[in-house]
Amino acid sequence: MINFYQVHKAYRVSGQDIPALQPSDLHIARGEVFGIIGHSGAGKSTLLRLINRLEEPSGGRIEVDGEDVTALDANGLRRFRQRVGMIFQHFNLLSSKTVADNVAMPLKLAGELSRSAIAARVAELLARVGLQDHADKYPAQLSGGQKQRVGIARALATEPKILLCDEATSALDPQTTASVLQLLAEINRELNLTIVLITHEMDVIRRVCDRVAVMDAGSIVESGTVAEVFLHPQHSTSKRFVQEDEQIEEGEQRDDFAHVQGRILRLTFQGEATYAPLLGTVARETGVDYSILAGRIDRIKDTPYGQLTLALTGGDLDAALARFEAADVHLEVLR
Amino acid sequence: MDALLTRLLPNVDWIEIGYASLDTLSMLGGSMLFTIALGLPLGVLLFLTSPRQMFEQKALYGVLSLLVNILRSVPFVILLIVMIPFTVIVTGTSLGVAGAIPPLVVGATPFFARLVETALREVDRGIIEATQAMGATTRQIVVNALLPEALPGIIAAVTVTAITLVSYTAMSGLIGGGGLGDLAVRYGYQRYQPDVMLVTVVLLLVLVQILQTVGDKLVVHFSRK
Repeated sequence: MINFYQVHKAYRVSGQDIPALQPSDLHIARGEVFGIIGHSGAGKSTLLRLINRLEEPSGGRIEVDGEDVTALDANGLRRFRQRVGMIFQHFNLLSSKTVADNVAMPLKLAGELSRSAIAARVAELLARVGLQDHADKYPAQLSGGQKQRVGIARALATEPKILLCDEATSALDPQTTASVLQLLAEINRELNLTIVLITHEMDVIRRVCDRVAVMDAGSIVESGTVAEVFLHPQHSTSKRFVQEDEQIEEGEQRDDFAHVQGRILRLTFQGEATYAPLLGTVARETGVDYSILAGRIDRIKDTPYGQLTLALTGGDLDAALARFEAADVHLEVLR
Repeated sequence: MDALLTRLLPNVDWIEIGYASLDTLSMLGGSMLFTIALGLPLGVLLFLTSPRQMFEQKALYGVLSLLVNILRSVPFVILLIVMIPFTVIVTGTSLGVAGAIPPLVVGATPFFARLVETALREVDRGIIEATQAMGATTRQIVVNALLPEALPGIIAAVTVTAITLVSYTAMSGLIGGGGLGDLAVRYGYQRYQPDVMLVTVVLLLVLVQILQTVGDKLVVHFSRK
């Protein structure tokens, strides 16, 4: 759906080129929720804006839905943008217009629908985001979550195939964030909308994304399915994001484990395996004792996962390791 | 009551004051109309061509900016006199209400345009970006997003400009512009009739108060933040 071929971007600041995005390839499939995570200044915002050319690329080729976006003229670009919705961290609603008028705006600008058709579409959109009772309010009268819902309704007005989310939940409290993410997942499912979102929170990625790219200093340093990157991060930046999400310090944890006897391993379960009684079975059969040092059982999007750090002592250690190896889990021996 | 007024303000001819007030109001209304008609597009152009905006044009912005600054730095009294030949070409006279309007417009337009530029600059860049992302043309961005969002600021700019124009109309009395200022100069100053001066000043003050109050009310009415 969205393909980047060696796309790069540099800003010209007082005669000097400041690179914002190193030559990057990116492939986003139709209907997926693709997350881009990075700290501020990592280039994720630039990358997102290159998709609808709010930023002009310095080089490379960008294809969206088979169309070379980099080759579009001003008119073509305007029509293209009408097919790409966008929501923002600070919502960017027009304070001078009512909720209904904000949602109607892309339709008015496109100028293809009659006034009554626009009104009907706006009512339908507001119902979808649960704001049918707030049509005549002004944005200032709404809460942050409601504002973002207006933003989503507005972005969906022209029935786009792609929705770009620029830190869409970063200004919201955790509860509101969850409900907005749920709404995004819902429209992704029901409208088969391709969603690209950028964030600096791993939690957002874990909740809604199918695949993720990790950015650091203007480059994509790691990408893959969320489960891959989240459970087995390779790059130091990805590891940091995962640890931030789990609120653990790797150094601290190593110190804690120094006093623990026996072998230390980390088991990662995914899907149905999460609920299998593996630990007890292995302990009974091989006579090893285990203690759980750290652990987490949660969901990645709709898939349950568990990740446990164990210390094993006594019994037949090798047999136990072999049993874990053979089971439907991912095994890492830490010590 | 009448007798008291006549004793306190012996030189005041209320009919003449009435006509002068009407002249002031028509000078104000006429010049404000033209000032908005010229200054609003000029302000939008200044904003769009300024650095880091949609139509960044260094040269054009530089020229416009210089022109605006030159006009703003000429004292209005000088402008009144310098403009006389031009005014005669445009309106056929340099006297009365018609003769006063061209210099008033030339004096107020650059001032108003700058205020409009500032008001537009106050609009959140994110709103421009969001409108761009919808596929809007620059014209659509200006008409559908920038101007509605900047409306309270623009109304405040009209208020300030109108009040400035009130004092300008009074000044145009110096070159025979008519209105309350003219009355103040001819009677109050040249004939030493302080009572006429007092009445004109009070009337101008009332006018300024009304303009400011109405302007403030409108700003509040159109502010949705």
